[in-house]
Amino acid sequence: MKLYLRIWRQKNAQSEGRMVDYELDDVSEDNSFLEMLDILNEQLISRGEEPVAFDHDCREGICGMCSLTINGTPHGPQRLNTVCQLHMRKFRDGQTITIEPFRARPFPVMKDLVVDRTPFETIQQAGGFVTVNTGQALDGNTVPIPKTVADKAMDAAACIGCGACVAACKNGSAMLFTAAKASQLNMVPQGKPEKDRRVLNMVRTMDEAGFGNCTNFGECEAVCPKGISLDFIAKMNRDYATASLKQLLGTPV
Amino acid sequence: MNLDSKVPTGPLPQKWERHKFDLKLVNPANKRKYTVLVVGSGLAGASAAASLGELGYNVLCFCYQDSPRRAHSIAAQGGINAAKNYQNDGDSIYRLFYDTIKGGDFRAREANVHRLAEVSGAIIDQCVAQGVPFAREYGGMLDNRSFGGAQVSRTFYARGQTGQQLLLGAYSALNRQIGLGQVKMYNRHEMLDVVVHDGHAKGIITRNLLTGAVESWSGDAVILATGGYGNVFYLSTNAQGCNVTAAYRAYKRGAGFANPCFTQIHPTCIPVHGEQQSKLTLMSESLRNDGRIWVPKNKEDCTKDPNTISESDRDYFLERKYPSFGNLAPRDISSRSAKEVCDEGRGVGPVVGGARLGVYLDFADAIGRLGKDRIVERYGNLFDMYESITGEDAYSRPMRIYPAVHYTMGGLWVDYNLMSNVPGLFVLGEANFSDHGANRLGASALMQGLADGYFVAPYTISDYLARVGPGKPATDSPAFREAESTVNDRLKRLLAIGGKRSPRYFHMEIGKIMWEYCGMARNEAGITTALEKIPRLREAFWNDLRVPGENGELNAELERAGRVADFLEFAELMCRDALDRDESCGGHFREEHQYEDGEAKRRDEEFSHVSVWEHRGDDAEPLRHKEELVYEEVEMTTRSYK
Repeated sequence: MKLYLRIWRQKNAQSEGRMVDYELDDVSEDNSFLEMLDILNEQLISRGEEPVAFDHDCREGICGMCSLTINGTPHGPQRLNTVCQLHMRKFRDGQTITIEPFRARPFPVMKDLVVDRTPFETIQQAGGFVTVNTGQALDGNTVPIPKTVADKAMDAAACIGCGACVAACKNGSAMLFTAAKASQLNMVPQGKPEKDRRVLNMVRTMDEAGFGNCTNFGECEAVCPKGISLDFIAKMNRDYATASLKQLLGTPV
Repeated sequence: MNLDSKVPTGPLPQKWERHKFDLKLVNPANKRKYTVLVVGSGLAGASAAASLGELGYNVLCFCYQDSPRRAHSIAAQGGINAAKNYQNDGDSIYRLFYDTIKGGDFRAREANVHRLAEVSGAIIDQCVAQGVPFAREYGGMLDNRSFGGAQVSRTFYARGQTGQQLLLGAYSALNRQIGLGQVKMYNRHEMLDVVVHDGHAKGIITRNLLTGAVESWSGDAVILATGGYGNVFYLSTNAQGCNVTAAYRAYKRGAGFANPCFTQIHPTCIPVHGEQQSKLTLMSESLRNDGRIWVPKNKEDCTKDPNTISESDRDYFLERKYPSFGNLAPRDISSRSAKEVCDEGRGVGPVVGGARLGVYLDFADAIGRLGKDRIVERYGNLFDMYESITGEDAYSRPMRIYPAVHYTMGGLWVDYNLMSNVPGLFVLGEANFSDHGANRLGASALMQGLADGYFVAPYTISDYLARVGPGKPATDSPAFREAESTVNDRLKRLLAIGGKRSPRYFHMEIGKIMWEYCGMARNEAGITTALEKIPRLREAFWNDLRVPGENGELNAELERAGRVADFLEFAELMCRDALDRDESCGGHFREEHQYEDGEAKRRDEEFSHVSVWEHRGDDAEPLRHKEELVYEEVEMTTRSYK
């Protein structure tokens, strides 16, 4: 197939970026989207031009590193999918494809299509863990966890931390990400003892990083490659309200 | 080269307990005087960094990705073994130990493997305590399944995303230490050299992948948890960034490289679709629990719709050849069997490079027996992934699979303390060689990574630190300056060649050579050919490479060029080892050594040793040393999975 590509090029975090047009011939529909970019880059190198920088690693939809907005949609047109698992058979011959980085104020562009998602790290460092040292654990079957609870926790834990939810949100909100991370631990017995501290610290850190608020549009859920449900945001809001109320009443959390 | 394995004396089941008591401790108040550098943030690196941080050491941790959570452990699908015997099916530490030794075709170090089995239960406990959402039964207890090569159900899993969940658990422990200031995390930093100061590993040189800055880091000990080298084949199930550079640089600084030819080909991957492919995708081996593997009996049927081929015209070749293990035969055996039927011309799927390289993995029976819902529950995400990549619905037509390079059992040589022959340089996880012998069993990689990081290295590193005392050298000492200028010179050299070919071109070329001559089956003539081709390719690389851009910026091609340069040297070492090991064992299949039925034929008299290679300069041939494998407990037998 022949493709017309419009790609965001930006030298570094300090410079201004712009869209640049490229044409690409002979792309197989069995290629993945990132293989298509590999082909473009090989051609650019052979022409003595700078290849397009983009983040990627596992290319099997699980590491969460790839972060492209394709024709305005983070991770592109296929639902429940990452860019690296998107294949060219989802496009048609002669199509124009616009490729931009994940855009959000807390995710500055570092070069071309590469953004800095460090605030996601900071949020998790604030509370995305259970305080348990290596060696302190009880036998794994000491505390039974109902299958329904374990399954629900797994639904939340499936989040790959890619940031598509933020990029899709008109407010640049990280609520879906933070809710997934906090809820996974708040649901299981091991996470209960520090449930309140966790949600307060993670939400505070999220706000400080400059992410916007949630206004329930649900774009985040629509683009999430792992189908993380908005229900987790509701759960986090409940946990947050409970913890805040405790704080208000002077109960230690 | 000092290859004292330091395996403790005494009966096998008591070695580790006894050794732990003999290890020196660092006083809690003194731990803050020590700095440990951890390179890599996968299961082994993250668990080690977190555990050492919890103990009170200063830890600096480095990874090349933008977050430690993206290390390739994340992609492991199937599960993690542990000798819990929760299923009451006769499992025990001894059985897990024995299965691992046998699965590795008697080329692993006995004492290390026993320790691995001993700590396996504690890993599950630790992960549960961290909130890892393992699969549960309705009563709330942990669920298990059986996995390739095992006759007991000892594999714990979290849907098809076990590696992800275990890594997120280790990552959460790491995050806690980062938040507490005990671990400093350096993302987008790639290690390009090890600094050996007065004979001890005391530092590393990194390149900041955003700015190009080359920096020196000094510490009291260095941990390499940098994964395997499967990408030497170009196409593998590894992530794009996986590389041998850290391990290879350590080798060039004096660390022995053990059994580099031991690589694992995984039987259940999605077949290659064409020349421009960048990666092979693994379908979890757990699929073999319910899927049946077959090819048409007759070549003429290979292009037919598989659903129209009658039962009597199908060859369920694993069930036929290995009736007791059937579709669950170990990875090396399953892979080679698939290759055999495809070489006979009975492969299915598209023609790539002149042959159909694929076999069917059929779920029709399982869907009939269990219902589609159960299959969706067990493997739904894998079926979705398959459809997304191939455009085919595996619920209504059999999947196509073919073997692909997946894991490397070889790695830097380590003693029982997981320390290389360079004092102070510890090697964990896939980067070391110790536990899997010539073939790794399914669901054992996650176990080993976490065993090393949570339950072995924290003890043994403390012993080393207590013995040498605190005192990291200044980063302007001669050893650091020399290493830093070596790194800088190489970067300049790569950028200055000004040729015509891209780094990827050379990576593809070396991959073709390795897959052709040092892949699933090897022979003397082929390996010798590879040993002639590799130096020529390397010369072409250093004369005709083009790396666009500069060092002082994010430059993915410069990163790739450095990694490919190391693969081009390492490939030769691998071939040398494959040639030197004149026997078949596990994943290393030398065609000269096989039984009449095509099974691997070991030569225990000559080869029950670890081959450890010493670098003797760029112009000299490396020297092969041996660590003899002493089996105190287990008798070496011929593996039989019939």
